[in-house]
Amino acid sequence: MNWPSWLLSGFLATLALSTLLATSQGLGLTRMNLPYLIGTFVTPQREKARFYGFLIHLLNGWIFSMLYVLVFEARHLANWWFGALLGVAQALFVLTVGMSLMPGIHPRMASEQHGPNANRQLEPPGFMALHYGIQTPVSIFLAHAVFGAILGSLYQLAK
Amino acid sequence: MHVPLRAEVSQRSAETPPANRRVTSAWPAIQDYGIIGDCRSAALVSRYGSIDWLCWPRFDAPSIFAALLDRERGGYWRISPVGPAATKQHYVPDSNVLETHFSSPSGSAILVDMMPGASNTSYHNSFLPDHEILRKVACDSGELEFEIEFFPVAHYGKTKVQIRDMGKLGLRFTVGRGSYWLRSSAALSITDQGAWARVVLRCGENLRFSFSYSEEAPAVLRPLDLSLDARIDHAVAAWQQWGRSANYEGAYRNEVIRSALTLKLLTYAPSGAIIAAPTTSLPERIGADLNWDYRYCWLRDASFTIRALLELGYWNEAEDFLDWMLQATRLTQPKLRILYSLYGDKAPVEHKLGHLSGYRESSPVRIGNAARNQLQLDVYGEVIDAAAQFAFHGGHLDRDMQKALIGFGNYVAANWDQPDEGIWEPRSGRENHTHSRLLCWTAMDRLIRLDEHSSLRGAPIERYRQESNSIRRQIEERAWNENMQSYVSVLDRQELDASLLLLSWYGFAEAGSPRMRSTYHAIRQQLGTPNGLLFRYRREIPEGTFALCSFWEAEYLALGGGSLDEARQRFADLIKYENDLGLYGEEIDPITGAALGNFPQAFTHVGLIGAALSISQREKGEQQLAHRPPAATRQAT
Repeated sequence: MNWPSWLLSGFLATLALSTLLATSQGLGLTRMNLPYLIGTFVTPQREKARFYGFLIHLLNGWIFSMLYVLVFEARHLANWWFGALLGVAQALFVLTVGMSLMPGIHPRMASEQHGPNANRQLEPPGFMALHYGIQTPVSIFLAHAVFGAILGSLYQLAK
Repeated sequence: MHVPLRAEVSQRSAETPPANRRVTSAWPAIQDYGIIGDCRSAALVSRYGSIDWLCWPRFDAPSIFAALLDRERGGYWRISPVGPAATKQHYVPDSNVLETHFSSPSGSAILVDMMPGASNTSYHNSFLPDHEILRKVACDSGELEFEIEFFPVAHYGKTKVQIRDMGKLGLRFTVGRGSYWLRSSAALSITDQGAWARVVLRCGENLRFSFSYSEEAPAVLRPLDLSLDARIDHAVAAWQQWGRSANYEGAYRNEVIRSALTLKLLTYAPSGAIIAAPTTSLPERIGADLNWDYRYCWLRDASFTIRALLELGYWNEAEDFLDWMLQATRLTQPKLRILYSLYGDKAPVEHKLGHLSGYRESSPVRIGNAARNQLQLDVYGEVIDAAAQFAFHGGHLDRDMQKALIGFGNYVAANWDQPDEGIWEPRSGRENHTHSRLLCWTAMDRLIRLDEHSSLRGAPIERYRQESNSIRRQIEERAWNENMQSYVSVLDRQELDASLLLLSWYGFAEAGSPRMRSTYHAIRQQLGTPNGLLFRYRREIPEGTFALCSFWEAEYLALGGGSLDEARQRFADLIKYENDLGLYGEEIDPITGAALGNFPQAFTHVGLIGAALSISQREKGEQQLAHRPPAATRQAT
């Protein structure tokens, strides 16, 4: 495994992922602010949540990129389309399993069953995060596919 | 602690919602509305418990409730007793939290309406919806059956919304990039048009509602437990702290504080801009087409507004407004537009909304404003005078501000002799307006004074002096009509308008001078009504009297154009025309006393504050008007 290549390509791919998701929000494709969603795991303060969420997401992206690299090494295959395919698979997992688990694991998220209370006041994402906008799945699939494609391309170049 | 609110309601009607219900009631009068807001957007609540106007996320955004302009299509949110009930509205003293009292033979109840005004600190440090309206109705005697109709229609009554029941999270619908949530302690039935319920409230019971808007997910959904009461109490306390911090102990204090609170509601906090009014197309003449969109910022209001804020001690607001003016105009400097959007862009192109009936069939309904392309040379004087007042009260004009002011001054020096559309924005072409000349003279005079005050460096003062003298000469020669013994509205002509009273306000002529006194008598004779009101000018088909001009008259008298008693009497005449809540529109019907035009109107409330200040200052023998140093008041250190 090429450690320097993983560090660099993982970092760049995560930056691209974050940029694409922020752009999707800015363009009105989705209301989802992923750094805010993640950051509110650790703080209720809006501005701090955005900052912490960005850092956690960056770290998370790096960790996930290692899994991608391990798959590349195991399959002896690293290129843009294989990376994109892994990205789509990851997005599918995040949208279906991850989002449905969110009200249970997020300490500040309300649920449709119980409604908001003093501690849980955040709107849950719903199936495929559709509560955050009908085109939210599109932006998440796209961003993760680009994440995987960049990772696959850069890792291939470094080999 | 979460309180099971459903247990608080003793009985719920089993009736099904009426099919295709969309007509609310007869048109409320314009003065039957109160305003709530969060310094970014505002809603108008009728005395019948209906929110008939709301634009989110900002004042000039498309509406989600617009029954104010079309009872059938506009959309509204009504909480009111089912049977006949007497109603009365008032604000919790010195606050912008609105209470509507309903009473009937069977019982009475109070409806509280408010928009939490998130300060930057609280917004960033806690979970708060981006925008929210809190409503709470509580029965305080007997029992009353209430009907709740929630019928939102997006884009000025054009786009039907699809409401989804999201279980205990509440009801949700989305429009564009925004999501709206309605949370209710009453079970609401979803209908074709919205949501509906009938609920019987007995003494001690209440219903609570939260309607919120967010463009970011996850949205924040606040519980409807006792924390809602605490939030209302907190808002009352915050407003009262702001209102009671006003530096004013003179007569008519309640009216002055209400006007200041209204002005604060019309401030767009993120930029510091102050809009003329939160509504569009409320008519200046019922059934006619004098219907304009006032949800923008007119520079014409600058000088009066800064004066009101500074002399009431609202330094932060005055500074924000001045900053907004000088920053918003940066792209066009040294030229100025007459109106700007909330962030200083050009106001939108004017459009007619043909699908709306207009208030009492007063069509067309317009959005955007065609006056954006007009030339009004008076705005230069307004902006420079505002900055001068700020400096004479102890404020600091930094280098960029000074540079901008000199740019405006040079533009005026080169262009003051041009015809323009003038303060009243007629769409009939350009004339040589006396008021515009007056403000060009004001621009030159204030820059000279600022230089003398050492608040301005590098200005071509000698040139300003020459132009100032030339303007004065022209006004005295061509704006004075010897036969009429009066100043006139347009050079070499014979018409009058109320803005001539401002010749003394800006310091061009002493209020007690023979020319001003005879001008005042001519204005009162031609434009005045027996009940103390004033038209701004004469039209073939008259509009309402202009509320601001009537306050100008009271202030002119206070400045020495009349006795103190005359000024007080005129002011007392005018406050009879405020609504139950102390609010004014743009105009007043001279016969019925009803409010006309967009509502509530910032300029009218600024005029009220100005007149009260001048009366109070004359009573105390203090300096009136701080256009020139030394100022009457100084910034608190």
